[in-house]
Amino acid sequence: MNTPDKPVNTPDGPVDTPDGPVGTPRGTWSDGPVDTPRGTWSAVPVENAGIAETGVPARAAGAGESVESVDSANSVDSAKSVESVVEHRLHPVTPLRRAWAPVAVLIGWAVHDPDQAQRQLTGLTTTSLLLGLAVILPTAALYGFLTWWFTHFAVTAAELRIRTGLIFRRTAHIRLERIQAVDVTQPLLARVAGVAKLRLDVIGTDKKDELAYLGEAQARALRAELLARAAGFAPGTAQEVGEAPVRRLLHVPAGVLAVSVLLTGATWATLAAALVVPPVLWLATHSLWTVLAAALPLFGAAGASSVGRFVGEYDWTVGESPDGVRIDHGLLDRAHETVPPGRVQTVRIVEPLLWRRRGWVRVELDVAGSSNSVLVPVAPRDIAESVVARVLPGVTVPPSLIRPPRRAGWCVPFWWRGYGLAVTDDVFVARHGLLRRSVALVPHAKVQSVRLEQGPWQRFQGLADVHVDTGANKTVTAHLRDADEAAGLLQAQADRSRTGRREARPDRWMA
Amino acid sequence: MDDAGHDPEGGAIERGGVTGSAGPRDEPVWSGLPRGLLRMRRLLLVVWLVPLTVAAALVPGLLAAPGWAVSALLPLGLLLWAWPMLGRNWRSWRYAERADDLLISRGVLWRQETVVPYGRMQLVEVTSGPVERHFGLAGVQLHTAAAATDARIPGLDPAEAERLRDRLTELGEARSAGL
Repeated sequence: MNTPDKPVNTPDGPVDTPDGPVGTPRGTWSDGPVDTPRGTWSAVPVENAGIAETGVPARAAGAGESVESVDSANSVDSAKSVESVVEHRLHPVTPLRRAWAPVAVLIGWAVHDPDQAQRQLTGLTTTSLLLGLAVILPTAALYGFLTWWFTHFAVTAAELRIRTGLIFRRTAHIRLERIQAVDVTQPLLARVAGVAKLRLDVIGTDKKDELAYLGEAQARALRAELLARAAGFAPGTAQEVGEAPVRRLLHVPAGVLAVSVLLTGATWATLAAALVVPPVLWLATHSLWTVLAAALPLFGAAGASSVGRFVGEYDWTVGESPDGVRIDHGLLDRAHETVPPGRVQTVRIVEPLLWRRRGWVRVELDVAGSSNSVLVPVAPRDIAESVVARVLPGVTVPPSLIRPPRRAGWCVPFWWRGYGLAVTDDVFVARHGLLRRSVALVPHAKVQSVRLEQGPWQRFQGLADVHVDTGANKTVTAHLRDADEAAGLLQAQADRSRTGRREARPDRWMA
Repeated sequence: MDDAGHDPEGGAIERGGVTGSAGPRDEPVWSGLPRGLLRMRRLLLVVWLVPLTVAAALVPGLLAAPGWAVSALLPLGLLLWAWPMLGRNWRSWRYAERADDLLISRGVLWRQETVVPYGRMQLVEVTSGPVERHFGLAGVQLHTAAAATDARIPGLDPAEAERLRDRLTELGEARSAGL
C-alpha cells in the first residue's frame, strides 16, 4: 500500500524547487562544523520526490476534513503560510496494529486463566466458533479502521498537531521550539512492513502522542522537516532543507558490547538468581506453580539484562549533525534518536568495577521528556569524553575531583571516598560511588534550583549536602561538603545558573 | 550550632539576618512567617490532642482498671513536646527576595535552604484552605521544571501572598528562560 497523504505542495522533483536549485540548501547549514563524505545533500530531495511519486491523490486541507477550531486558534500561522494546515493520515498499515487490541484481550484472558479457557474451548462448537469469529473480526477491523481514519496530523510553522478520536476528540499541539528530542523507532514487525514510529519528546507528552505508523521514508522526511522548522528555518524552505548531514562520532563493535555485557555484575546476579531460586523453592514447597511463578520473571530479567541489552544496544552509533546528536541502535528493533543542541540536561559517566581494568565507561544522558538515557553503552574513557565534549560543547570532564573533608567518614564510613566535586566555568560535576563510579555533569544553564540540606549529625560534623535540580527530574548531589564551602557553593551556583542561560544557544538553534 | 556559616537561628529573623559568605551579591533581606501560622498550628495541635488525651484517659480508665488511665500521658506528652517544637519550626522558616532569585530557608534539625532563580519558575500557586482562610493565611508554592524543587512558603498574609505571586510572576516573565 502507498501513503495516501503526500504533502500537497511537495515539489514533484528536486529540480523545480521554487526557490532555486537544489544544491543551495547546503549553504543554509553553513555554520555546522560538518562536511559530508557520504549522504550528500542531493540524495535527500530525491527521497522526498520518491514519496511524492508513490502518492495517491493528495488530500488538501479543504477537501473533506475541516480544521475549523484549529484554524481560528492559529490564524496567524495559516495566514503566514498557506501550506501549514495540510493534514495527513498515518500509514495504512496502522489499522492492523490497532486491530490487535481485541485479539490481545482474548489472548490475555486465555493466558491469565488457562483452565477456564480450556473448558470454554472444548465447549465450543464449530458454528459458535464461526459465529464468534464473524463478530470479532469485523469489530476488530472496524475499530482499527476507525482509529486510523480519525487520526490526523499536521505540521504548521510552530507546532505538530495530532488530532484523534471519534467520540472523545483530542488534539495535541506540540510546540516545535520545545522539542527535546525526536525518536524514530522501528519494532521488528514494523521493519518487515517498512513502517516506523515517530515521536517528539516534549515535556508532558504521553505515549499516545506518537505518530505510529508512518512510511519509513515519510518518517525520515517528516523528522527532517520537523527539525528544520524547530531549528528556525523559514516555513517555506523547511521542506526543502532536507536531512542534515551526519558525521559519525562513534560506533560500538559487537564484540566489545558482548564483553561489556558479560562484565556487568547485574547480568550475573540475575542469572544466578534465576538458577538458584527455582530449585530452592522446589525443595521448599514441591509446588510446580510456585516454582514457575518465581522462575519465569527471574529468567525474564536475566534474559533482559544480558541478551536483551545486547540486542537493544547492538550496532550503537552516535553521530553529530547540525540538528544535534544522532543515536541509532538495535539489532531487531531499530531506534533512531535525535537530540537537538542544548537539550541535554545531565550527562553521567558511569564506570562499573569490572570495566575499570579495561578503561571502559558508559555514558548516560538525561533529556527532559525522553525515555532513552544511554548515550554510549560502552567505550574507552578518552573516546567517551570526546563524545561528551560534542554533546556539551566546550565542556571537558575535569580530570580530578575534590573529595569531601576526612571527617565525612563519620557520616558515611568508607563510601565517602567515592564522593567528589568540581565546578568549572560550564558545568557542575559531582561523583558518587566507590565501586561503580558515577560522575554527573550538569551545565550551569540547566540548573532549575539549588538546595542545601543539613541533618543534625552533619551539622555536628560541620558538613552539608548541596543538591542541584535539573529539568529532566534528576537531582545531582554534592555530598558531605564542608558547611562553609557548601554555603558558598549554594550562592555561587545560584549565580552561575542564573547567568549561564545567557550564553546558551537559543531554542531555535539555527536561527 | 551554626556551623553552616549562616544566619543565627531563632530570635530576630524579621529583618536583616546576614549571610557570612555570600560574597559581593546583594545581601538577602529575610522575612519570617506571620504569627497567625503558629497560632493556627498550635490550635490544630490542641484540637486534635486534647480530646485524644481525654479519650485515652477515660476509655481504658472506665472500661478496664483505673490504672490504665496513664495511657493518657502519651498524647499529653506529645502535646507538651510538640508545642515548643512548632514554635521552633515556625521561627526557622524564612524567605528572601533578591534581585534574581528567591531564597527559602527552613528546618531546625534538618535544615534546608533553597535557591530558585526567577527565570526558572514555571508556575506560582497560591493555596488557602478553610482553616487557613479563617486565620488569614495563604500558602505560596513555586514550581520549576524539576519536580525535586521544593520551594513553598506555607503560610503568608493573603495580601503578601498575592504581592509575592504577582512579583514572582512578573520577574519570572522578565527573566524567563527555556529548559
